[in-house]
Amino acid sequence: MKLIIAYIQPHKLNEVKQELYKAKVYKMSVTNALGCGQQMGYHESYRGVDEEVNLLKKVRLEIAVNDGFAQATIDAIVKGARTGQIGDGKIFVMPLGDCIRIRTGETGGEAIG
Amino acid sequence: MRKKITAVLLFAFALGLAAFGEDELPIALTSAIDMLWLVLTAALVFFMQAGFALVETGLTRAKNASNIVMKNLMDFCLGSIAFWAIGWGLMYGADKIGLFGSSEFFKNIMDDPSFFRNWFFQVVFAATAATIVSGGMAERTQFKSYLIYTVCISAVIYPVSGHWIWGGGWLSAPEGGFLANLGLPAMHDFAGSTVVHSVGGWAAFIGAAVLGPRIGKYVKANGKTSVKSFPGHNIPLAMLGVFILWFGWYGFNPGSTLSGMSPDIGRIAVTTTLAAAAGAVGALFTSWIWFKKPDPSMTMNGVLAGLVAITAPCAVVSPGAAVVIGLIAGLIVVLSVELIDKVIKVDDPVGAVSVHCVNGIFGTLAVGIWGNTDSVKGLLHGGGLTQLASQAIGVAAVALWACAMSFVVFFAIKKIVGLRVKPEEEMRGLDLSEHKSEAYAGFQFFSNM
Repeated sequence: MKLIIAYIQPHKLNEVKQELYKAKVYKMSVTNALGCGQQMGYHESYRGVDEEVNLLKKVRLEIAVNDGFAQATIDAIVKGARTGQIGDGKIFVMPLGDCIRIRTGETGGEAIG
Repeated sequence: MRKKITAVLLFAFALGLAAFGEDELPIALTSAIDMLWLVLTAALVFFMQAGFALVETGLTRAKNASNIVMKNLMDFCLGSIAFWAIGWGLMYGADKIGLFGSSEFFKNIMDDPSFFRNWFFQVVFAATAATIVSGGMAERTQFKSYLIYTVCISAVIYPVSGHWIWGGGWLSAPEGGFLANLGLPAMHDFAGSTVVHSVGGWAAFIGAAVLGPRIGKYVKANGKTSVKSFPGHNIPLAMLGVFILWFGWYGFNPGSTLSGMSPDIGRIAVTTTLAAAAGAVGALFTSWIWFKKPDPSMTMNGVLAGLVAITAPCAVVSPGAAVVIGLIAGLIVVLSVELIDKVIKVDDPVGAVSVHCVNGIFGTLAVGIWGNTDSVKGLLHGGGLTQLASQAIGVAAVALWACAMSFVVFFAIKKIVGLRVKPEEEMRGLDLSEHKSEAYAGFQFFSNM
């Protein structure tokens, strides 16, 4: 089992979701996140005064999958989120110790699927 | 003690008025009463700008909130100057062949109390027509393009059709004119279902159609187009806007007597109230049956639909007729939103077209059905079809004018400076892309929809 955490541009969420559906990955958690990478923020202005916004709006996706689905999930996220511009985001993949479905008590791969 | 003194003074004042009798009041007093009445009600109508700003902000997404309040502010500010410079002259200047006025442009004088009073009363109506459009074109229009458009509607589009009906033009049936030759009475649009609301509504419809839908509104998949919704980000704010609009309508309709001496003021306030209430009831139950749940934003649209529909007939119908008109308006607005959203597929984020255009038309025709005074007799009160025919001619003529002119203006703007923001700007939100300034700095919300 793998836990895939991806940070993407907020406006790409819809396309990523569509790609994930195509790859038959239907389960995910989405949260708003703030962060920065190479891009080093952007500038807003408030009453004519420049304001450096260091942390950018991003969307964080968390998807737990069985090993067989990991590559398809990653491909789908990349396909949906890539524009080629700086700021497209990153994907982190890590091993997942266990998973328990609260309603039934199922564990492991069965609980994820 | 103070209350007692006030009561005694008021009583003495009333006695004094009664002693004169209405016809015998000194002219200075009647013109003072008219001055107070018009300036006060115009201020109420001005406050409707706040109502529009809140309704449109509440019913759209958080990432566009600064942009939409800026549009609502600036259409009044630019529009009022344009209406002073050009609009007033086209609407109320000396009539030319029944089509437009031709004097009093840039009127720059110091001493004409009735002009100042009338101009102030009229400018807030012009601004109402202009601001309707920002809702229909919300969330995807370039700010500068909207500013250009708003000058055009306040300077030319609204004043010309307004002249036809209110400024002594051909729809007011002058002797020897088109309507008089047909034996038809003047079109009756008391406070502007057509003059104000239909004109704004048609412009909103044409604007939204020329712009195209927001990204993600109509999604094509497997050969089928599915319609998506973008829920408004602050329903309580929108509801406050509806209450403010309703409050402002007590200036819009009762003020349109144009005189504080009119005995009709009370009845107009009653018909206005009943139609708004019935509009809400009509939309509530229509949405309840149709969507299985009483829908808040549809019910709000119902209030506004009832108000728009009673705007033309408010002075010539009975309270019972006002209830019927309101109920029908509430039904129409829900059906019309569904039709425009799902069948015609023009993306109108706040329902501006259904509220102002469709119910503006319905309200104008309602005069010809429920009209119940000596001068305006509708179908149900023995007037036959003549009043209804005048109303229909007016509706059609104004529709043609408003659509053609709006199309020309929007199409020209599209070709010359562009009408729509870039897709990535639309996705980021117009607050950041157009103004570089957020409405809710420091708050997190989903800006990915």
